[in-house]
Amino acid sequence: MQSIHVRTKINGQAAEFLCEPRQSLLEVLRDVLRLTGTKEGCNDGNCGACTVEMDGRIVPACLVLGAEAEGADILTIEGIAQGSALHEIQSAFLEGAALQCGVCTPGFIVASKALLDSNPDPSEEEIRFWLANNLCRCTGYDKIVRSVQAAAEKMQQEATS
Amino acid sequence: MSTSTLEPKSTSAAPAGKSGNGAPRRDSYESNMVLATQTFEVVGTRPVRHDGADKVTGRALYGADLTLAGTLHGAILRSPHAHARIRSIDTSEAEQMDGVHAVVTADDLPEAEDKLVDVGEGDTRLSYVHGNVLANGKVLYQGHAVAAVAARNQHVALEAANAIVVDYEPLPSYMTAPEAMAPDAVLLHSDLRMKEFGEQTDKPSNVAEHFHWTAGDVAEGFAGSDVVVERTFDTATVHQGYIEPHNVTALWNHDGRLHIWCSTQGAFVVRDVTSKILEVPVSNIKVTPMEIGGGFGGKIPVYMEPVAAMLSRKTGRPVKLVMSREDVFTGTGPTPGSHVRVKVGATADGKIQALEATLAYEAGAYPGSFVAPGGMCVFAAYDCANLSVDCYDVVVNKPSSAAYRAPGATQAAFAAEQVIDEVASKLGLDPVDFRMRNAAKEGTRRADGPKFRRIGCEEVLQAVRDHPHYAAPLTGPNQGRGVAVGFWFNVGLESSCTLNVNTDGTVHLVEGSTDIGGTRTSIAMQAAEVLGIAAEEILPEVVDTDSVGFTSVTGGSRTTFATGWAAHDAAQKVVAEMRARAAKLWSVEADQVQHAKGVYSSNGNSIAFRDLAAMSSKTGGPVSATATVKPRGVGGSFSANIVDVEVDPETGKVEILRFTAVQDVGKAVHPSYVEGQMQGGSVQGIGWALNEEYFMGADGTMENSSLLDYRMPTALDLPMIDTCIVEVANPGHPFGVRGVGEANIVPPPAAIANAIHQAVGARMQRLPMSPPAVWAEVAES
Repeated sequence: MQSIHVRTKINGQAAEFLCEPRQSLLEVLRDVLRLTGTKEGCNDGNCGACTVEMDGRIVPACLVLGAEAEGADILTIEGIAQGSALHEIQSAFLEGAALQCGVCTPGFIVASKALLDSNPDPSEEEIRFWLANNLCRCTGYDKIVRSVQAAAEKMQQEATS
Repeated sequence: MSTSTLEPKSTSAAPAGKSGNGAPRRDSYESNMVLATQTFEVVGTRPVRHDGADKVTGRALYGADLTLAGTLHGAILRSPHAHARIRSIDTSEAEQMDGVHAVVTADDLPEAEDKLVDVGEGDTRLSYVHGNVLANGKVLYQGHAVAAVAARNQHVALEAANAIVVDYEPLPSYMTAPEAMAPDAVLLHSDLRMKEFGEQTDKPSNVAEHFHWTAGDVAEGFAGSDVVVERTFDTATVHQGYIEPHNVTALWNHDGRLHIWCSTQGAFVVRDVTSKILEVPVSNIKVTPMEIGGGFGGKIPVYMEPVAAMLSRKTGRPVKLVMSREDVFTGTGPTPGSHVRVKVGATADGKIQALEATLAYEAGAYPGSFVAPGGMCVFAAYDCANLSVDCYDVVVNKPSSAAYRAPGATQAAFAAEQVIDEVASKLGLDPVDFRMRNAAKEGTRRADGPKFRRIGCEEVLQAVRDHPHYAAPLTGPNQGRGVAVGFWFNVGLESSCTLNVNTDGTVHLVEGSTDIGGTRTSIAMQAAEVLGIAAEEILPEVVDTDSVGFTSVTGGSRTTFATGWAAHDAAQKVVAEMRARAAKLWSVEADQVQHAKGVYSSNGNSIAFRDLAAMSSKTGGPVSATATVKPRGVGGSFSANIVDVEVDPETGKVEILRFTAVQDVGKAVHPSYVEGQMQGGSVQGIGWALNEEYFMGADGTMENSSLLDYRMPTALDLPMIDTCIVEVANPGHPFGVRGVGEANIVPPPAAIANAIHQAVGARMQRLPMSPPAVWAEVAES
C-alpha cells in the first residue's frame, strides 16, 4: 500500500509523517509519531479517550484519517502544559482528585480546555453536556465536573487580575 | 492520635457545585462529609497523588503505549458461535501471507495438567484457564479465542487472522442459568460433575457447584411471622467497562527468559498462571505491570499473556496484542446475570424472623460465577437466627465471568433489599428504622458461618437516618426516594514493601500493587505517618515481579489495607534502625532514643529524620527495610445509598435527581480518593441499574458490543454524587483501615428500584430498569 506524505502542525510545531491511507490520525499519533498520551478506548468514536483539537474543534482522533491531517493545526494532551507550567485544568484535576486510573484523563483535559476557551464560565449542566462525549468509568464524573468548575474560576480570576 | 465523636470533621476542598439539571440546592449541607473517629498527621489528609503529573500530561505509560524495537503486532481470531465443536483449523493460507510471522492455536500450548491454580482471588482448574486462553476442541461462547497471528502490523495481523479457516459444528447454546439447568440441556463440559455441599458428586451437569448454608429453623421463623414476602428477581449480564482494552507485549528472549508487559491487576498472578499454562518456572518469567486503565476485577484473569508469549517464542521477537472494544465485550469477563429468589418474614414489632434465598448465577463458559460470595453477602446486614441460603454456579454459553467490584453481592442485594423494603412497608415502618432494628453487629453470625467482628452496619444506617438528604422533601410528582444497604467482606492476601532511605531525607517506596486509583499515595501516606515525614517525601514506585516480594492482586479492596500495612511495618523497621543510628551518634543505647513525628531524641539531644538520613554513611551505611504481610485482621465494609428519582410515566425513563453514598471505610487514608471510590462505584451501580445489559441474539451472539450500544453512564446522565464517609475503625489494622473499593457498588440498583417503587408503585424485578422495562411495569401497575 502506497504511503501518503502529510504535512501538518502538532502542538505548535510543524510535523511531517508518512501514513497508509487506512491509518487513522489516532494510529499516526500513537504509532508513527509516538505521541502516546492520546489513548485508544474504543476506536469507533464512542469513548472520547482519543479527543484532540483539530483546527479549533475537538474530534475523536480515531474517526479522522491520518491523511486528513494535511494542513491542519492539531493540539494533543502533550501540548496542553506550557513549558514547565501545568495548565490550570491540569492543576485542578490534580487538586480535585479528578482522576483514578487516568486513562480517560487526556481526553477530558483536551475537551475541558476547548470548553473553557469558548465558554469561560460554564454552568454545571453546560460542563456535563460538553463532556458527555467522554466516558470515565472510575470517578462517576463528580470530581471531574468540580475540577473544571475550579479551573474556570481560577482562570477567570487570573484574567481579571 | 486523638479521638472524637461522630461529627463531621472535614470536607472536600472542592467548591460546591453550581446547581444544574433542576437539582436541589445543596448549600444547606456538605456534599462530602467525613465522620472521623481518629485523626493523624498524614493519614486523613489530601496530598496530590505522586503519579498525578504523569497522568495529566499524557506521559504515564499504559501497556498499549509500549512499543519495543522490532515488535510484531498480533491479532486473535475469535469464535462467531456461542457453542460449537471445532472440527478443524486450517492456518495454511494465513501463514503464507506477506508480513505474517507466526500463527498459534491451542495445539501449540502444552497439554493442561488437571490441577488447581490460584487465579488471583481463589483456585480454579488449570484446564479451564487453559481452555479460555485458546479454545481446545470446542468453543463455548461467541468471542472465545481460537487462534492468534503475529505480523508486521495490526492490519496485516487482522487480515491473516480472518484468513484462518475453522470448521465448526454448531451446538445448542444456553444464555441463562435456568435454561442451562434444565434436565435435558446439552452439557457444556462433558467432564463436569456437580460439586454439592462441598463434596464432589458423579452427577454430570451444567451446575458446577451447589452451596447450601443454613442456621436455626427457617420454617418455624416464617410460621411465626406476621408478614412474609417472597419474590424472584433476574439481572442481565453486564461488563466492568474499563476504558482501556486489555493489552500485552511479550518477549521470549534467547536466554529462555520471558518478559511480559501488560495491563493487569496482579503482575504476580500473570506470572504464576502463565508459568503453569506454559510449563515454565516462575523464576523464568518477569512481569512488568504497566499503568492500568481501569479493571474493577476484570483485569485479574489472564487472557492474552500466554498467547503473546507463544508467538514471541515462535518468532524470537517481541509481540504485542491489544484487544478491540468488541473483543473486550465478547472475550473478557462480564459479571454474571442472575436469577435470585428471596423470602423474608417479620413480626409486627419489626423483627425479622426468617431469611431464605436461592441464587443461581451464570458463570459463563467455565465454573466460577462468584455466586458463593453473593450468598454470603445476601443477608449480611441482618441479625437473624433463622437463615437458609442456596447457591448454584451454572455454566452457560457466555464469556467466562470475572470479578466485578464486590463480585456477586450486587445481584443479591438487588433482590434482598427490595424484599426488605416491601416488608418494612407492609409493617408500616420507615425502611431505615426497620433495617436498624435488625442490623448486624459485632457477634452476628453470617449465613455462611463466621461471626462478625467490629463492623459499622449500625453506624452506616445511623448516618443515613441523620443525613440531611433523608429528611429533605421531594419536590414533584412521579418522584420517589429509596434506600438500600450493601456489604462486602474485603480481603487480606499477601503484600510486600521495601523502603530505601535517601541521604536527602526522602524515602523511595517499592511495592508491587498495580495502582488503579491512587494507591501509590495511600500506601506512601501510611509509611509517612510512621516516619513522621510528609507524604510528598515518600517516592512510591510500582515495580516488576523481579524487583519486589510477592504481592497479590489489586482487588478485594485490599491494596490500601494490606500493602499499606506492609509499608507501615517497613516504616517501623526504618524507625528502629534510625533510633539505633541516633544512639550511635550520642553513644547511648537504642532504647534510650525516642521517636516522635520524625524527630529522634535522647537526653536533650535531638535530630530530625532528614539530618539523621544525611549521616547514614557515617552511622553504618544505607538504611533500608522490607516488610511482608499476610494480614488476618480484615474488616468488612457496609455501605448504603439514599437516592431520589423521577420517573417519566410516558417513556419509563428514570432520572437520578439526587444521590448520597454512605460507607464505613474504617479509616479514609486519602479522603478524596475514598470519595472517588464511593462515587465511581455508585455510578457503576447506577449504570447497572438503569442501562447496561448484554443484548444476546437468538443465536447466542452479543448484539451490542460497542460503547455506543452498551450504554454506560455519561456526565450528562448524572447529578453530583454526594458522599458520607463513616469511620468505624477496623481493630485489625494499624490505622483502622477496612478498604473502600467495592461495597459501594452493591446498594445502588436496589436503592433505585425502591425509589422507583415509591415514585410510581411498580416493583422492578429485573435489571436493567431501562425505559421500556419501567414503562411496561408502570403500565401494568
